[in-house]
Amino acid sequence: MKSNQMDGAQALLRTLDDLGVEYIFGYSGGAALPMFDALETVETNMKFVLVRHEQGAVHMADGYARATGKPAAVLVTSGPGAGNTVTGLMTAQMDSVPMIVLTGQQVLWMLGKDAFQEADIFSITMPVVKHNYLVKDTNDLPRIAREAHHIATTGRPGPVLIDIPKNVSQDPFDGDLDPPVNLPGYEPEKSTEIDDTAIDEAAGLISQSQRPVILAGQGCMIARAGEELFKLSRTLGCPVTTTLLGKGVFPETDDYSLGMLGMHGTAYANKAIVEADLILNIGSRFDDRIIGQADKFGANAKIIHMDIDPSEMNKMIRPDVQVIGDAKASLIKLNKKVERLDTEDWLKHLNSYKKKFPLQYRKQGGLRMQQVIDELYHLTKGEAIISTDVGQHQMWAAQFYKNDAPYKWLSSGGAGTMGFGFPAAIGAQFACPDDLVVAIVGDGGFQMTLFELATAALHKLPLKILVLNNHYLGMVRQWQELFFEDRKSGVDLEGNPDFVKLAAAYGIQGFNIKRPADTARILQKALDYNEGPCLIHAECCKTDNVFPMIPAGAALEDMLTEPPKAKMAKPVGST
Amino acid sequence: MPRSIVTTDTPTSANPDEVTHTLSIFVNNKAGVLMRICQVFARRGYNIESLVVSQGRDAHFSRMTIGLKGAPEGLEQIVKQVTKLIDVMHCYEHTTADAVVKEMLLIKFLVGNAQQRTDALQIIEHFNGKTVDLTPSSMTAMITGDSPKVDAAVGMLSQFDIIETVRTGKVVMARGEHPT
Repeated sequence: MKSNQMDGAQALLRTLDDLGVEYIFGYSGGAALPMFDALETVETNMKFVLVRHEQGAVHMADGYARATGKPAAVLVTSGPGAGNTVTGLMTAQMDSVPMIVLTGQQVLWMLGKDAFQEADIFSITMPVVKHNYLVKDTNDLPRIAREAHHIATTGRPGPVLIDIPKNVSQDPFDGDLDPPVNLPGYEPEKSTEIDDTAIDEAAGLISQSQRPVILAGQGCMIARAGEELFKLSRTLGCPVTTTLLGKGVFPETDDYSLGMLGMHGTAYANKAIVEADLILNIGSRFDDRIIGQADKFGANAKIIHMDIDPSEMNKMIRPDVQVIGDAKASLIKLNKKVERLDTEDWLKHLNSYKKKFPLQYRKQGGLRMQQVIDELYHLTKGEAIISTDVGQHQMWAAQFYKNDAPYKWLSSGGAGTMGFGFPAAIGAQFACPDDLVVAIVGDGGFQMTLFELATAALHKLPLKILVLNNHYLGMVRQWQELFFEDRKSGVDLEGNPDFVKLAAAYGIQGFNIKRPADTARILQKALDYNEGPCLIHAECCKTDNVFPMIPAGAALEDMLTEPPKAKMAKPVGST
Repeated sequence: MPRSIVTTDTPTSANPDEVTHTLSIFVNNKAGVLMRICQVFARRGYNIESLVVSQGRDAHFSRMTIGLKGAPEGLEQIVKQVTKLIDVMHCYEHTTADAVVKEMLLIKFLVGNAQQRTDALQIIEHFNGKTVDLTPSSMTAMITGDSPKVDAAVGMLSQFDIIETVRTGKVVMARGEHPT
């Protein structure tokens, strides 16, 4: 396919369209002018969404990808526009989320001369992307776009950035629109070739286990391995716990589910890990939030680690067996080699923990965030796509909004990016227009990206924004209470706006929840509201704490299931 | 055996367990590749001791040889993370047992009289080096070999007033018919 009538920007957009990119979230600017013009002059199936800040655009692409597994594009200008994508790129990179970010750039001959709105975004973003490009030749644009898409979506996915000098996008295109990719050092297709010896070794360890636990992570989600995971759990009679990002890959209401493990995971998941004789990690990277004190993690268990990324092996934990490759391909092989284990006593034992240490919250002392989330869970039958921000509300949402289906839980895990939840929900709602999407956000994080209210209103997205307001940066305040003698420093969000009035200013319907008794009724009203986005503001009690809790760097057995009676030492590990 | 891989030691601390490693990395010959690789080291606090980059026989690729000191367990991660980079074909660690490891030294020093010149030439000849620049007051010698040999040459020539030394850093090639 050749064409002499196009410029670089037009060729680029046609390539992205051809690759199946459905949405471009972006914000215009001088260096991106040719690309914005091409949005008007090239006929494609792609839809452009004008955001209000570049960070919002990247989080929208992120939410879109988490809900669909497909990458969206982000289109921004050079300098500050490009710089504003960094937090979103880091968020996506940490959680292995695919996306393609296009940044405008000064013309090639001005690079390195401190030209207007010039930023060396190629260098700036290197540590926070899977790969990036600085394009120097207009005719390279289609190949680079194809490579970027390929890299973003295969192997362990991640964001790819393409920096495009203005003359490169503006110059006439005289190349091939569908050239082959040229990536000699990148062989993701090998990830489905699973080593049989490793599978046999894994099956051997499994067959000797009496107290096995499966730990399922984001890798299962990305590989779409839920079915195989379920089959493995059923075949073995093995309980399953998931990471924060693995929520939904195994149905959380299933009898074999232990819910989420880790710092604020369920007591029974953490106790299961402590007492297990076998931990089968499928697609989790043994994040410091889930292993606690690393040298005590799984001290009495055999550990099998399945991961598509060889550099995750021996990074945090030294497993007994490594299975490198795609989770689905690995599980298909493993499922053929295993049979039922005698886990009846083990399951009974864990069930006793479920009864003894259930997730619970006090109904007295004001409106609890947990109650609002719990009621939302029941009213929506657990079927909503939930996008959270970061902090206490995130952990409570993870605990009380149980997910039975994958791709319906969007949360910034690795990066812990405040401001993620609301724009990610917008991206998910664009991706899934017929699904119920709820952004569960705190008053802190919401204010970091609330300018996207305009975007949500403009497109009449039917999403629900649930603002759980305790007028604090609650998670930090919790740590200050527990470890810093309750000296509150930099956590009081005095000066919060009236969120319902704020929504009204954008033409968005608002609802207020003040009393526990009104919660279900008002939530239902908001769920029934059908005229575009709505904001539900819940005035929550100010000083609640999230439990269970494993202080950072402490061993899983040192978990607190309730507020400590004695003064606690400052945690030593991690953050 | 503890499972933890997490150590609290900083990799650059003067740790007797630190050994010198030589990595051979085969990469796309493109702008920015060196930076990507250096970031993997810098992020973990590793200091690169020597670095040689040159175009491969096929000009689409480059060969990098990196010498560094560090704890072996940290190095496993570095090798894997470097390998993971899109622009990297492969990254292998080599020892002197499985590879030829050589470097080149240029050394300039003052030689004020005939006796000094004679002494210097003897030392240079012993190390199979040669003089590459000679003036009435100074001499520049070139010596190649493995690093201990080069160190020894510098030691012997220290009896003169050394003005400067430049070492290329190590280059490696696997022994036998196997590619590096």
